[in-house]
Amino acid sequence: MNLLDVEDLWVRFPTSSGMFEAVRGVSFSLGRERLGIVGESGSGKSMTGRAILRLIRPPGQVDAERIDLEGTNLMQMSEKEMRDVRGSQISMVMQDPKFSLNPVMTVGDQIMEAYQLHNKTNRREAKARAIEMLEAVSIRDAERVLRAYPHEMSGGMGQRIMIAMMMIPNPKILIADEPTSALDVSVQGQVLRIMDKLVQDRGMGLIFISHDLNLVADFCDRVLIMYAGRIVEVCQADRLHEATHPYTRGLLNSLPRLDAPKDRLEALVRDPDWRHQPSVSGLK
Amino acid sequence: MKALSVRNLDVWFGVGRDQVDAVKRATFYVNAGASFGIVGESGSGKSTILRAVTGLIPTWSGEIEVDGRHVQHKRGREFYKLVQMVFQDPYASLHPRHSVDQVLSETLQLHGFKDIDARVRGLLDDVGLGPSFRFRYPHQLSGGQRQRVAIARALAPEPKILLLDEPTSALDVSVQAEILNLLNDLRAEHKLTFVMVSHDLSVVGHMCEEVAVMKDGEMVEVMDIETMRAMTPRHEYTKHLLEASLNYSA
Repeated sequence: MNLLDVEDLWVRFPTSSGMFEAVRGVSFSLGRERLGIVGESGSGKSMTGRAILRLIRPPGQVDAERIDLEGTNLMQMSEKEMRDVRGSQISMVMQDPKFSLNPVMTVGDQIMEAYQLHNKTNRREAKARAIEMLEAVSIRDAERVLRAYPHEMSGGMGQRIMIAMMMIPNPKILIADEPTSALDVSVQGQVLRIMDKLVQDRGMGLIFISHDLNLVADFCDRVLIMYAGRIVEVCQADRLHEATHPYTRGLLNSLPRLDAPKDRLEALVRDPDWRHQPSVSGLK
Repeated sequence: MKALSVRNLDVWFGVGRDQVDAVKRATFYVNAGASFGIVGESGSGKSTILRAVTGLIPTWSGEIEVDGRHVQHKRGREFYKLVQMVFQDPYASLHPRHSVDQVLSETLQLHGFKDIDARVRGLLDDVGLGPSFRFRYPHQLSGGQRQRVAIARALAPEPKILLLDEPTSALDVSVQAEILNLLNDLRAEHKLTFVMVSHDLSVVGHMCEEVAVMKDGEMVEVMDIETMRAMTPRHEYTKHLLEASLNYSA
């Protein structure tokens, strides 16, 4: 069975000029794999991730035929039941650690809180697990980091702490929304490797949301390419460079490349038809 | 002819015990009409160099020469007629309550131009924005359009040198391609000299002929673009940076 099946997902926001449809009928499934979702800003990729966790607040509306987590439809759950899903079954790493860690709580308290919310244990065990987890994300000197506040951490450290916090309840699915965009390339690789190892070791499913095509081609197993709230193409990540949809091709060609210099970069010419083409199914 | 020479530039923040040396003895030269790139990780001091050159950081020492003339700590209008800067975030660098017309005409007025109306139209045309954009406010523009306005503002005093601080890192790749093409066209058309800071090595590889690599405030290497493409830099750190940017999972 798949970990997650999403069918006909819509996300809408009412605006003064009518209903804005951020996600328009997207279907896909996730097994124990690394699934990439790529697209430009405004393509609906982050909204898709948030909608799975039902994190979209009114007046935003989420509709779906089903969002099945191992056969249980999340759409029919109460808000209270949803709270047990978030974190312990599905968790999410956001883009910028600066905005997602609590600035007035020590790193240790935040990680331990995440653990104790989902496990009935004492502080001592929570602390031991927190240290173990920080070491799993290659933070040396975990004892000191536990006592530190987020502003004392660099961006790469902060993001690793976020990953530790999200992994500590041992979820089945991790949604990572641009987890490395705020980081330098050299740190980026390190954070990705850590995430990859955790996902592989625990047999988790990973949804990796990014605007960076090369990164996704390198890191994921399967890729959904989104445009204007729909999936325009689904392909194996290692075959992303053979993608056929003109939008995907356009994105690939607009990237400057060190190994293939050219005088002018290709500007993407958008075909209005792309908006109206039906969404490609990413179901398995 | 050197458009910009920087010799033994030191930049620091704070005093005494809290002093941080952000740039240490940086030396580089940029020929007129050339495009020079500076790469490095965040905190390596690459943006600080640009900010010191353009006069946004007063605590520097060393020699900066622009167009053959020494730059003093206090810069006059003549300096800004020669050197202009484009910033990273087009969402933050435009005044939210000033229309495109106000942004451009204010700059033109400050530099003592008379034919402001014609020049505003010319500038918009230069950066590929039609006349319909003239009376719009920043919130009515996309990221790419805002960056075009920021570029138009930088071009207003007819400078010879443009300092570009990560001009496309806040933009989507397809928009990045348009802005990079525009910058290259403008450089050819107006015979501009570029100094471009970026963390993206392939962007610098596309735009520049020479690249300096910064680490912890020091310029560890200056290499030409062929060396970079051939992946044969001298310094170990440059090699590491190149490999990291080409291959994430390695």
